[in-house]
Amino acid sequence: MNPVLRTVLQRLGLGIATLFVVSIIISLTIELLPGDFAKAVLGQAATPETVAAFQHSVGLDQSPVVRYFKWVGGILQGDFGESYASAGSLAGHRRLVADMIGPRLLNTLFLASAAALIAVPLSLVLGMMAALYRNSIFDRAVNVISLTAISSPEFFLAYILIMFLAVKFPIFISLASITPGMPFLDRLYAIVLPTLTLVLVILAHMMRMTRAAIINLLASPYIEMSRLKGATPKQIIMRHALPNAWAPIVNVIALNLAYLVVGVVIVEAVFTYPGIGQLMVDAVSKRDQPVVQGCALVFAMTYILLNLLADIVTIVSNPRLLHPR
Amino acid sequence: MTENAQSPHNAMLVAPIRRRSKMTRLWRALRKAPPSAWFGLIVIVVYIFTAIFAPLLAPYSETELIGGAFEPWGGKFILGTDQLGRDMLSRMIYGARNTVGIAFLTAILSFVLGGALGLTAAISGRWIDQLLSRSVDVLMSIPPLIFALVLLSIVGSSVPNLIIIMAVLDSTRVFRLSRSVAQGVVVMDYVEAARLRGEKLPWIMRREILPNIMPPLVAEFGLRFCFVFLTISALSFLGLGIQPPTADWGSMVRDNAALITYGDITPLLPAGAIALLTVSVNLVVDWFLHKTSGLRE
Repeated sequence: MNPVLRTVLQRLGLGIATLFVVSIIISLTIELLPGDFAKAVLGQAATPETVAAFQHSVGLDQSPVVRYFKWVGGILQGDFGESYASAGSLAGHRRLVADMIGPRLLNTLFLASAAALIAVPLSLVLGMMAALYRNSIFDRAVNVISLTAISSPEFFLAYILIMFLAVKFPIFISLASITPGMPFLDRLYAIVLPTLTLVLVILAHMMRMTRAAIINLLASPYIEMSRLKGATPKQIIMRHALPNAWAPIVNVIALNLAYLVVGVVIVEAVFTYPGIGQLMVDAVSKRDQPVVQGCALVFAMTYILLNLLADIVTIVSNPRLLHPR
Repeated sequence: MTENAQSPHNAMLVAPIRRRSKMTRLWRALRKAPPSAWFGLIVIVVYIFTAIFAPLLAPYSETELIGGAFEPWGGKFILGTDQLGRDMLSRMIYGARNTVGIAFLTAILSFVLGGALGLTAAISGRWIDQLLSRSVDVLMSIPPLIFALVLLSIVGSSVPNLIIIMAVLDSTRVFRLSRSVAQGVVVMDYVEAARLRGEKLPWIMRREILPNIMPPLVAEFGLRFCFVFLTISALSFLGLGIQPPTADWGSMVRDNAALITYGDITPLLPAGAIALLTVSVNLVVDWFLHKTSGLRE
């Protein structure tokens, strides 16, 4: 079999196995750790009968193994279970976790892809320039600014942006609430500030990593060799550096998109954006376990997928694997 | 190290004064440090001082209601009061103790745990290494903040829970680093010699391996501290970390965030305090890495 194909298939298998183990961990943490959900959901005054009825209705009285397979089986059919909040109330209004996650996931993807579309090209250009003009004023300025941006908590950047762009100079709005029927341009306008925050956060990371990758590459012997034999700078970059640079650059992009997954939780909280991060934080404070688990699985899945993608692109773009001896 | 190596007899003769020469070496290194490192060090020292002497420095207690809600700056309350009428300045000062202290404890715990397991994996090899490494791989395939949220939703938010959860999640990173740097040392002849003369695992760890992998670990400690500090602040900001009435910078931002829409910068102060400390630690770590590894970019 083609070595590239084989390695890619191996990685895919590994990714699926990881996802499987992660789903086990997410569902089993409940068993391993103490925590009285019925009390947390129903309140301290709940009688033993209501507690038992609640546990029966959400399936907490079944064995962990049975519950795990029911959960995973449901998810494979698109059913993430039912929220505790509705199982606790005796009124017949059922709230399915899948219905809660679905629209919010789309909102989050909208926000994250807007941020990625701006941040990825910008950071690659800036990072390469910083690497090529190493130790210049431009490089140092970029370095200091990006170090500050990395070190700041996301909410600090977010509130500074609100302070200047929404309060002092009211250009944008600080509440990024979007509703289903909103026109596309209004949506874009509403998410300007959260997008900008996310861009700042990952831009700094990506730029520093791109810069380091390029500098690393330019220091390798074969680049010096091509320079010594008289190749033009353009030739060096296009023919010698870039083929080997794809792998680290794509890795940088995928790692930072995975980082977006985490950044989005906080940014959504600041701007009260109706995304999946907000949903998860609300569910954690209400201790609504099915919702928490569903959100965690979606987040972990995105994270694993992005890392898998980075691995595969690294393999596929590796000249040594593509042209085996 | 280098000075002793250059003049071995000198170090032998003046053994009692070695301590002083260490101090002078440190001072010499500091004098040559770039302004960025100096800035970082001074900020860190100020933070530590504030954290230790918080009760003496703060004009009021951290939890006492002493005025109206959201009083403006100046007068009796230098930085005004928060949403319940507690003195902002006092809470900022106590925040240095609570937020930084908790993050510091977590980072230490994470280091002890991750370092010990990493060294064990590197020294023992075989199935222990495989088992530990694969478990860490799985734990690292879930984003830490998300994993922390899942665990906190189960055990509930309290300071001990927060410290343990963050330390365990963060120790995976320490494990990876300490394992990979220790692997380079484990194959050395002197480790083999120690093993052959029958030394036990803890002794080999402490006497043979640890001294040789210290510099990267110290630098990593700074970075891990920053990461833990930012994550705990983020959790507190989300209302799921350090719980009221404890003064904590993350939750102070959240509680006073409403002020920002009136153009008041009070909520930015605790957030800025977090950012300033992380920047400073990063600057010092950068300098330290340059010094110890001769790392040239």
